[in-house]
Formats: sequence, structure tokens, C-alpha cells
Amino acid sequence: MKREADEQELMGALSTGDVSPDQPPWHIASPQPLPAPYELKPMPSGTAGLEGEVIEVSIGPHHPSTHGVFRMDVVLDGERVLRLKPVFGYLHRNHEKLGEQGTYLSAMPFTDRLDYFCSLTNNWAYALAVEKLAGLKVPERAQYLRVITAELTRVLNHACMIGFLLQELGAMGTPLMYAFREREKILDLFEALTGSRMMCNYLRFGGCRCDLPPGWAEQCARVVAGLPRFFDEFERLLATNEIIMARTQGIGVLPADLAISAGVSGPGLRASGVNYDVRKVDGYGIYPRFEFGVPLGGHGDVYDRYMMRMLEMRESVKILQQALRDLPTGPVIDPKARLRNFRPPGGEAYGRLEAPKGELGFYLISDGGPNPYRYRIRPPSFINLTVLEDLCVGHTLMDAVVILGSVDIVMGEVDR
Amino acid sequence: MNEGLRSELSKQGVFTTTLQELYNWGRSNSVWPLNFGLACCAIEMIAASMARFDISRFGSEVFRPSPRQADLMIVAGTVTKKMAPLVVRLYNQMPAPKYVIAMGACAISGGPFKQGYNVLKGIDRYLPVDVHIPGCPPRPEALLHALITLQEKMRGEPLAGPAPARHADPSAPGEYPVPAYGPYDLTPAKNDELWRPAPLPRGE
Repeated sequence: MKREADEQELMGALSTGDVSPDQPPWHIASPQPLPAPYELKPMPSGTAGLEGEVIEVSIGPHHPSTHGVFRMDVVLDGERVLRLKPVFGYLHRNHEKLGEQGTYLSAMPFTDRLDYFCSLTNNWAYALAVEKLAGLKVPERAQYLRVITAELTRVLNHACMIGFLLQELGAMGTPLMYAFREREKILDLFEALTGSRMMCNYLRFGGCRCDLPPGWAEQCARVVAGLPRFFDEFERLLATNEIIMARTQGIGVLPADLAISAGVSGPGLRASGVNYDVRKVDGYGIYPRFEFGVPLGGHGDVYDRYMMRMLEMRESVKILQQALRDLPTGPVIDPKARLRNFRPPGGEAYGRLEAPKGELGFYLISDGGPNPYRYRIRPPSFINLTVLEDLCVGHTLMDAVVILGSVDIVMGEVDR
Repeated sequence: MNEGLRSELSKQGVFTTTLQELYNWGRSNSVWPLNFGLACCAIEMIAASMARFDISRFGSEVFRPSPRQADLMIVAGTVTKKMAPLVVRLYNQMPAPKYVIAMGACAISGGPFKQGYNVLKGIDRYLPVDVHIPGCPPRPEALLHALITLQEKMRGEPLAGPAPARHADPSAPGEYPVPAYGPYDLTPAKNDELWRPAPLPRGE
């Protein structure tokens, strides 16, 4: 009916068929010339005379490997993926409209629920945009607290992402257990600091909500000191595992030019060898003060995307150690910042940062009122997901599941 | 058997039970949940099955990917209007006896997103919810407590008599109508047999 027609029109406009790589792997016909009634194609393995029949399979929205409520409509030739259409919107929670209805501050708790692994980086991206709009200064101590919480969030997200990726490779339990063990340690820190495990709602415009509880910095230093041991353990378990290498190397290759033209950001982009990290490029907050490297991949396959997360966690630990060493004393919020009756001057601002999944941006238009006139989010998961078809075409269905895991999506952010 | 004789026998080392108690005790200790996450709460549901909280202490670590093998549906997260028919269909596919836990503020009432145009204001409009867990998201301990509450409920369920349990009652529906996408909203907007909110007292 009308809803379905709308959905088809929307999904048709979102199709990624026009940015497919030059030479599709496995010498399968490019997805574009396939008309709606699918023609029969010979089997790609060159078995002469035999003709395969394509079938259409809908995977999801309830599927254990689709990271929440995500659907993939795949057209299969045997086990090879001919076409893949991502279908989403099953978790569309009207975030942008709700953000426009309430005051600026009342949208802060909603940002927690965007990418529900990384509430603190979401808070920071929104606070950055509003601070740019209102011209607020952030005290020194609050800047350090923001960096510490954001890097802890990055470690947490990457560890869990690797755990889920390994789960999809068939390692049921163990890697995810290890990842969640570290996650619980970090969540204990978040809970002591903000009062909540996942939905931290900690940042305010012009600083942070509250100062550290006594003993927090020491506890955090202990957790950070224990992290490299966890990384070593994780790498010993996974990095040279034969099954992982066979299942991930050369699978789902994302060429650098396609990654750039599709707007992919984050570890997925850097795995393709593009040196682009918003922490280095923008130098938002106080990131230029810290010494850390940006790991780059060479192949852009699933293994590189996995390895990129491992290496980034190690760089995060370096930042954390420097930030905890230099943590100054002082106020944590700009005394001039107003929490109530906050009305930034008219104008527009785009605040962005390097969230664990990529470039997270908030675009705000203010008309001088208490609520934003327009509130728009640039979600990294959603834009990274647009290349999914190009990554999956030519691979088997079981590889498509692994490729989806390596893109690292969270549906709260994709559908908003 | 009266309680006095029963406690006397148990003092003498004779264990007595009824078929109903044995049956309920058995199934309440192996509740298999459906591996089904909708949003943020699903992460806490996974955390509850991980090492620190360890849901397997209560016999529910066997998350089944298929509704055909599951006893318990944990509605973990925001149910949108696009997802609601699929949630009801998944429930209908589960074999009886089946139970529903509404986990988190969104599944109970729409939660923080209640004002949204695309958010269902509580899954209890379409499904018979046994346990509600408030919180956004609830801690894993809260999920464990809900599971224990559900187990207590299961142990007290009569299998026969005037008011039997839902799965033992031939007149109770095994499936619930799946809502459809109407021109503006889901139709019907609620299951009138299930969802009867208390009347709001107005005035004096």
C-alpha cells in the first residue's frame, strides 16, 4: 500500500548499486544489469552446461547475526551473493524530531541511545556542536575527563565489536566473554562516575556534569594498566588463528577510492589505507597534546578491519596513560554555562568527532530559541553500511554475515 | 494431601510431591529464552548471559535463535511500529507454554521515546506480558530478578481446575492477532482483549 510504496521509493534511492567496484570479484556479472525477473546465469565455477537458479532470501530482522533489527534481502546464486539490499528502519525512534521538540539539554539523554555502546562519545559530539553554536569554553579538567571517558569508550566498543565478529565466525562464547569481562571493568568506572552503566548522560555544554568521585583516577589507572595484558591475551588467541585467517583474509575487500567516495569513516576507512582520523585532522578537544599513532591497513579486508580495532585499542591506552598522568585540577564546568534557559544565538554549527565507529557529527541550526530549529545527525554506522553490497557481492552468504560484523553497526545509530 | 501430613512426612525423610509441582519445578528451571534483541536493552541481556552475571545459574543460558525452540521471549528494547507485527508473529511461532518479559522502559510504555511517531507505546498492547522490568536500560541483575519472578510464577501455575494456566486453558488463545500496517498507524492499535488500562479518575 502507500507505506510500502514509500518504503520502496526510499530504498530505491538509497541503493548503492551505482558505486560498485570496477571489477567484481569471482567474475560475476555486475548487479546492475540484473532486471527484476532474474535471468538464469551459468554457475560461476565454470561447470559447463549446468545452469543455476537464483533465489531471493530475506535475512532478518530477527536473525542472531544481524546485530539487532536489520534485514538483508539477498539474491543468491547457489551460495554466492548476487545482490544484497540492506533494509532498515526497524528501530527508527524519531531521534531527530524529538531533539527538535525539546530544549538543547533535553536532547543529551537521547544521544546516549544513539550508539548504545558509546554513549560518552555521542554526548561529546553533541556537546561539541552546541558549544560551537554558543561559543562556550570548556575548562581544562573537563577536557581531560572527556578524553579519558571517550578513550575508555573506544576500548569498550572495539573489544565488544571483536567479540561479536568472532561470534559470527562461529567462536560461540569465549572471545565475547573475554570482551565483556573487560567491558564490565570499564562500566564499573562509568557507573562510579556517572551513575549509569550504559546511558551515561555525563557531558554538559561547557564541561562535565560532576567531578570524579574519590579514588576514581587511581582505579581507572589500574584498569588501564591491565588492558595491555588483555590485548596480548586476545591477540594470542585470535590474531594468528588459522580459521580466522582463512575466513577473513581477502574477504570483503573495500578499495580505498570506493571508501572515500562512499563517505566511509573510522577504522573501516583506515583499514583501506586512508590516513584520516578526525582526532588528528580536526584536533578537537585537546587531542593535539597527546602522542598517539593512527594505525593503517593495507588490504581493506575483514582481517584488516579486525586488526585495526586491536591496534587502535593499544593507541587508546597510550592516550589514556598520558591523560591520567597530566590530569589537572580545577573546575569541571564553565561557570558561565547556563543549564536552564539556555538559548544559543541564531546560526548553525557542525560538531564532529572520531567516534569508535567513525565520524559522528551533529548539525544544528538555531533560531535563537530554546530548542534547535534543525537537529541532524551524521551517523557513522549508517554511512559505513552503504557499502555493504559492494563488499558482499561475489562472496558466500556466510561471508556476508562476517562482513556485516566487520562493518560494526549499531542499529540505534543506523535508524536513529 | 494436607500440609501437616506433608511436613510430618518430610521430617521422616519421605519426600512427597504432586505431578503439577514436579512438572512446574522442572520447566521453571530450564526456561529457554529467544535470542532476540531489539535495542539497547539487548546489550544488557547479553551482559546478563556473560561471565559476571551468568544467567546459566538460573537455567536460562540456552538462548535459542529460533522461536520454535524457545519458551520465553525477552522483549529487550524499543518496539517500533515497523517491528511490532514481527514481534507478535515471533510470539505466535513459539510453542506453548510461553512467556513474555518486557525489558526496559521502551518495551513497557515507549519509555523516553514515547512521544515519537513511530514508537509503540508498550508491547502489552499486543502480547500478554508476564513480567515488566523498569529501567533504561535495566541492569543485568534486574533481568535476573525478573527471571526469578517468572520462575516463581511458573511454579504456582495450576494445570487444571477452574482457573488453569494460560497454556493449559483450552479457551485461552494460543496465538494473538498480528497487527497490520494501516494507512496511518498499526491496525488495530491495540488488542482490546489484552490491554485494558485502568480508567483514569477524573475530577472528584
